Amino acid sequence: MPKITYKDNQGNSKTIEVENGLTVMEGAIQNNVPGIDADCGGGMACATCHVYVEEKWFNKLPKAEEGEVDMIDMAFEPKKNSRLSCQLIVSDELDGLEVTTPEKQS
Amino acid sequence: MIKTDTIIIGAGPVGLFAVHQLGIKGLNAVVIDNLDKAGGQCIELYPDKPIYDIPAVPECTGEELTKQLLSQIKPFKTKMFFNERVEEVTQDKENWIIKTNKDNQFFAPNIIIAGGVGSFEPRKLSLKEAEKFEGRSVFYSVRNKEDFKSKNISIFGGGDSALDWALELSKFSKINLIHRRDEFRGAPHTLSEIKKLEKDGKIIIKTPCQLEAIEGDKNIRSITIKFDNGKIEKINTDIILSFFGLIMKLGPIAEWGLNMNKKTIQVNPKNFETNKKGIFAVGDICSYPGKLKLILSGFHEVALASVECFKRARPNEKYKFEFTTSSKTIKDRLGKK
Repeated sequence: MPKITYKDNQGNSKTIEVENGLTVMEGAIQNNVPGIDADCGGGMACATCHVYVEEKWFNKLPKAEEGEVDMIDMAFEPKKNSRLSCQLIVSDELDGLEVTTPEKQS
Repeated sequence: MIKTDTIIIGAGPVGLFAVHQLGIKGLNAVVIDNLDKAGGQCIELYPDKPIYDIPAVPECTGEELTKQLLSQIKPFKTKMFFNERVEEVTQDKENWIIKTNKDNQFFAPNIIIAGGVGSFEPRKLSLKEAEKFEGRSVFYSVRNKEDFKSKNISIFGGGDSALDWALELSKFSKINLIHRRDEFRGAPHTLSEIKKLEKDGKIIIKTPCQLEAIEGDKNIRSITIKFDNGKIEKINTDIILSFFGLIMKLGPIAEWGLNMNKKTIQVNPKNFETNKKGIFAVGDICSYPGKLKLILSGFHEVALASVECFKRARPNEKYKFEFTTSSKTIKDRLGKK
């Protein structure tokens, strides 16, 4: 199973095996990784599963669709490498992916 | 104090359908919601987006769904209290008393919490200094346009609210429209209006940049913004208007002594009652094994909860299950012949 590393803004990190097909958000929620709220449950409607993706991974990810980019405008402190983790689907290609959660989600 | 059979918290689709399910059983209700209109997430988050999983409705938008629900519950003439948030819940023997932030009080044997993921509140600026200017120089909504006349206004955001208010306030104030990326999201005619006003010098657009600092003592004098390329710029500003959308906050619900599971309320899936007798939770805010956050699940939940509400509101009457197709009583309540 692909390993995903979730870091918080303090530098603490947790690496978890996430099943292919789940989203990076679901991987966090199911394993009680703090820092990802996902209020809307993965509907791309709330921006509370916002993460920063390390640059080397950011360019490998499928591009965000318009709805996601619009929603990132509403996130807490969006940056160039911001994504919504509910839109990142785990696959073997993403084995080793590292994401950092913002200071807070709302 | 307003007495009723059931107090419904939340005017989203499930809260509205609660009115219907209670109404056909002869129970009255009041609805309280923090937003200024009915519809909840359907109206705030996706008014124009189609929904495809309402049974027998192949496709409808959040706005259409809300409209249809409102028309479905029209016969019950239910009073709705908008812009109002429930603050306090206290028990009085078999009944509950609710107090709102407008000091209204409601009294009923039943409370149905159809609160979605909590109440919607504007997302605040992340800069810490912004807080001390809030209400004087920093605003998250426009209550009275007159307060924004002949000022230097810096508007943050790239969505409809930011664009609409930039247009409106540019009629009598100097506007800086500031956004973290070059693209704005809005109706095509709004975008072309903005472009026109930019050409005329009525609106100054600053992208891609973000707020770096606020300068001022009691009121704001200026703000500093930082562009993506590192360039820093100071802008004379009297007022900051920020439109970064709404966030959902559970708010006081967390303090009512209900069994919670993260941000959801645990219920008995038999009647959607919480650990407190007479307080029910339905829709996105409730949790039980297998819970799905779907509108249709909320409709089912509230239908069952309304039966229990009936038993509590009419302890001396026997509940009788009836079909709307055949029940004369229900037809009377709906005003049908």
